[in-house]
Amino acid sequence: MAIIDIKTEITGNVWKVLHQVGDKVSEDEPIMILESMKMEIPVVAVEDGVVREILVKEEDTVTEGTVVARIEA
Amino acid sequence: MLKKVLIANRGEIACRVIRACRKLGIASVAVYSDADASAPHVGMADESVHIGPSRSAQSYLDTGKILDAARATGADAVHPGYGFLSENAAFAAAVQAQGLTWVGPAPDSIRDMGDKQNARELAIKAGVPVVPGSPRLETEDPAELLAQAERIGFPLLVKAAAGGGGIGMRQVFEPAQLVAAVQGTQSQAKSAFGCGDVFLEKYIPKARHVEVQVFGFGGKAVHMYERDCSLQRRFQKIIEEAPAPGIAADVRRRMQECAIALAESVGYHGAGTVEFIVDVESGDFYFLEMNTRIQVEHPVTEMITGLDLVAMQLQYAGGDLQGMGQEAISQRGHAIECRLYAENPEKHFMPSPGVLAQFDFSGVDAAKVRVETGYAQGGEITPFYDPMIAKIIVHGADRQAAVDEMIQALKSVKVEGPKTNLNFLIACLDHPAFRAQDVSTGFVGAHRDALVAASAPAAQAG
Repeated sequence: MAIIDIKTEITGNVWKVLHQVGDKVSEDEPIMILESMKMEIPVVAVEDGVVREILVKEEDTVTEGTVVARIEA
Repeated sequence: MLKKVLIANRGEIACRVIRACRKLGIASVAVYSDADASAPHVGMADESVHIGPSRSAQSYLDTGKILDAARATGADAVHPGYGFLSENAAFAAAVQAQGLTWVGPAPDSIRDMGDKQNARELAIKAGVPVVPGSPRLETEDPAELLAQAERIGFPLLVKAAAGGGGIGMRQVFEPAQLVAAVQGTQSQAKSAFGCGDVFLEKYIPKARHVEVQVFGFGGKAVHMYERDCSLQRRFQKIIEEAPAPGIAADVRRRMQECAIALAESVGYHGAGTVEFIVDVESGDFYFLEMNTRIQVEHPVTEMITGLDLVAMQLQYAGGDLQGMGQEAISQRGHAIECRLYAENPEKHFMPSPGVLAQFDFSGVDAAKVRVETGYAQGGEITPFYDPMIAKIIVHGADRQAAVDEMIQALKSVKVEGPKTNLNFLIACLDHPAFRAQDVSTGFVGAHRDALVAASAPAAQAG
């Protein structure tokens, strides 16, 4: 079992957090949705796993490359 | 005449409206959010009012705060620009209810055209062609489905009646595929929306987006020719031009007549745009929607007609412009607009906010090239608003001259900080298909790899 960092690909604001710690997620499933420049951009799980940490909350501003969640895969 | 106009917007269009106010001797009031405290539109206006946090919902979309700002500054009119509250009929009515002038059409026109189904019915009533389609179908009877399909013609789309997007949508190219496609859409629509009703609509494989600028004076309306806005990515326009290349003169004329007929049928006031989809193969065109506001791409029309559309809006709203004859409007040469976006073409045009370390248009020939922007060097592009950071507009004797002029202009723009589509725009303009007038809404998708490769930093280094 490995802990995997989930990073954002863009700078934006956290619009909706869709999962909580303990939730099971599958590969490509959105964990949260960012909002940037009128676009909604999902941050997805890169592998099947369980959410271990959510490091941001709704309305937070995140920059490109920020670790926003960790999953155990 | 209007005395003081509050501009309920930001960015380049706010700057554009403030400039028009100044030209006409009208005082201007800017509004701004936290993120825009040092934005150019704030400094340009005669007065400015802070209206709240960066989020649009708490500032530029907050009707109460904007009306308060108008009251506090003694403005006698509100210009909404485009986007934000510009097509919000309730806001337009609230402005008027306060005794202020709304620089735009009547709230009823905004409401009527804002509802797609209603707008389609108004178009049919005005004799304007709409995309052929069937009514809602509950049937699964193959004979009845086929009869509906034959009436529309193949290829066609099967769409879910509920929902607004493409969920369940299927393409059908020949009669044999029809029943299976309808059943597929029905079952998908049923599970997604709880309603399995579908309808059929003509599918246009190769389409152009062409729109006609109109200006209504209540009963009478004039047109200011058309704009081609086919070059889009993510359904957002990136390059617009006028006249529309390669469209037959009689098609163009009929589109203009249709646009005027629709505007006159609703007693339209002020600037508006009637959008059409043109079937490249057949030359047929169909009404899409009417935008009841000034458009982003209005400068293209201004460059070929010599008119100042924003000044006309202000003059008409203030009672200083009563009417205008069609014979007073003529077009000359060819104009192109490019939209510079803070986005990354190599990563599916994802937004790229950031600080504009360099934002320099001094290399652009100001006598020939028009630049509209709401940003300055050192300014920050935030994630809160749309990614457009500048519009570059050129005019040439003909299309080729305008294309060459635009490429030269873009090559002299220096922008550092956020990723932008600057080189992607150059690659589009310089693509053989674009030069050959082979434009359609599928252009970016069809040529994406070549365009991205041509716009990559390495390709531009030489």
